[in-house]
Amino acid sequence: MATASPGRVPARAGALRARRGRPSVLWAVPALLFFAVFALAPLGIVAYLSFTSWDGLGAPTWVGGANWSRLLADRDLRDAAWHSLVLTVATWAFQTPVALLLGVWSAGRQRSRAVVSAVFLLPLLLSSAAVALVWKSLLDPNFGLVAELAPRLGFDDASWFSTPEGALTAVLFVLGWQFIPLHALLYQGGARQVPDVLHQAAAMDGAGTARRFWSITLPQLRNTVVASSVLMVVGSLTFFDTVLILTAGGPGTATTIVPLVAYRTGFEGFEMGYASAIAFALVLVATGISLLLVRVTGFGRMHSTREGL
Amino acid sequence: MSPARRVRRPNVVALGVLGWLVVVAVPVYAVVVSSVRRREDYLDGGPLALPDAVTADNYLHALRSGFPGYLLNSTLVALGVVALVLVLAVPAAYAIVRSGSRVSARTLRVFLLGLAIPAQAVIVPVFLLVSQLGLYDTLLAVILPTAAFCLPVCVLVLTTAMRDVPEEMYEAMALDGSGPARALVRLVLPLSRHGIATAAVYSALQAWNGFLFPLVLTQSESTRVLPLGLYDFQDEYGTDVPGLLAAVVLSVLPVLVACLFARRALVSGLVGAGGK
Repeated sequence: MATASPGRVPARAGALRARRGRPSVLWAVPALLFFAVFALAPLGIVAYLSFTSWDGLGAPTWVGGANWSRLLADRDLRDAAWHSLVLTVATWAFQTPVALLLGVWSAGRQRSRAVVSAVFLLPLLLSSAAVALVWKSLLDPNFGLVAELAPRLGFDDASWFSTPEGALTAVLFVLGWQFIPLHALLYQGGARQVPDVLHQAAAMDGAGTARRFWSITLPQLRNTVVASSVLMVVGSLTFFDTVLILTAGGPGTATTIVPLVAYRTGFEGFEMGYASAIAFALVLVATGISLLLVRVTGFGRMHSTREGL
Repeated sequence: MSPARRVRRPNVVALGVLGWLVVVAVPVYAVVVSSVRRREDYLDGGPLALPDAVTADNYLHALRSGFPGYLLNSTLVALGVVALVLVLAVPAAYAIVRSGSRVSARTLRVFLLGLAIPAQAVIVPVFLLVSQLGLYDTLLAVILPTAAFCLPVCVLVLTTAMRDVPEEMYEAMALDGSGPARALVRLVLPLSRHGIATAAVYSALQAWNGFLFPLVLTQSESTRVLPLGLYDFQDEYGTDVPGLLAAVVLSVLPVLVACLFARRALVSGLVGAGGK
């Protein structure tokens, strides 16, 4: 361990005192190295593998841009990209308003709200696998919850998974069920940080609840909206376990999304090179979108003002 | 709370909240109730009916079919990930906050950049790396990459927490002649314990619920973790919905128990931010 030597007599006491007792930057090296080995280097290797042909066993052979030109011409992948896009946009449009509503509501400090919020959190404790399996059972057209509720709600047929739209809606709903609590928590934290003075001032000016929400709470939650949206967008572009378990991409290819294609290409088709190209393209798109969101909204400045303190 | 905050909200909001409460509570009720019913009763009565005969058979069955092993594996993975993450992230965050070097800001930026790397995208090289290390189909194969992907959030949480330690207290420690290690143990660790708890809970949940790394990096029964166990359970038992749901309930129980003891840390761990 690096410790400051107490024996040295400081010539410039102020400057030295400032440095004494401070950890060396080397303390961050193990974490950095570990992260580099298991996350950064693999990203580099993905980039490299995307220019190779490799079955996962022998040595990769360099094929130049073959995977990338295949990627651009791949109709199945284009369909999957379309499904990913639809799912991402729909996820955002579905989850944001509900999470905002729940988060701002539960930010109130009443005991009843705390109890109800605890119920909202339950889905968060389940793993993706558990959530997907539970809903697969509950959405079962013959024996599930839906089979029982659908006729009462006026639907004739509860076989969601047999039509493309139904399956996509089911995926959208299950993802919402799983992730809305997380985003509601983010909004709850954000709403609690809104200074009371603002609400009091607005109330004195005669603003009602709705008016205060639109003019104070929502603008104050700007950063939270951006953070939550980035999480949602990146999340819905890159997750795949829920879909794998819930619909396995079906019916046909109706819910086959890009990460699922990448997974199957790599670990079922053993085309690691092409899978890497798809995965890397996905990272580029996801990073591009989140950077764009961060830039457009000025969110990036939040961290930089605090760095190096 | 000031009276101005306690204004009644329009009923639309209350209705919306109530609606979502139903959407969450009904499935949870259905899962719990169905898990104690016999399979025939479930098929007859549907998931909402009250059980006429309560049975523990589903739970016993799940416990007999490898479940304790999966539970043990998941626990080991979670413990390993938490230990590894804390051992790496605490000194890193401390150095980022206190080293006073220009490099430290850049270090933080590397981790922030890492937030944007989805595990899904690098799974092929991670698989290659783990095989090369001879770790394929071991619990360590799951622990190492899971811990790595917890680092960005945990470093971020810990730096935020450590920045809140007042400068004067560091100076007091330095005046006493304490080195950085002593300052870390005596000052930083106690004062940023909420942040540390948040990081620990976040990592534990990531490990407990992780699906992709175990799916790709392990294959045998002896290394199976809970989410994969559930996934296979479904293949094996097909239409035995009560059996499956009992297994799901069993997999959530440890988290629920932890929740009772550390609700606050759990909530901030879920969001992976704040800690206060």
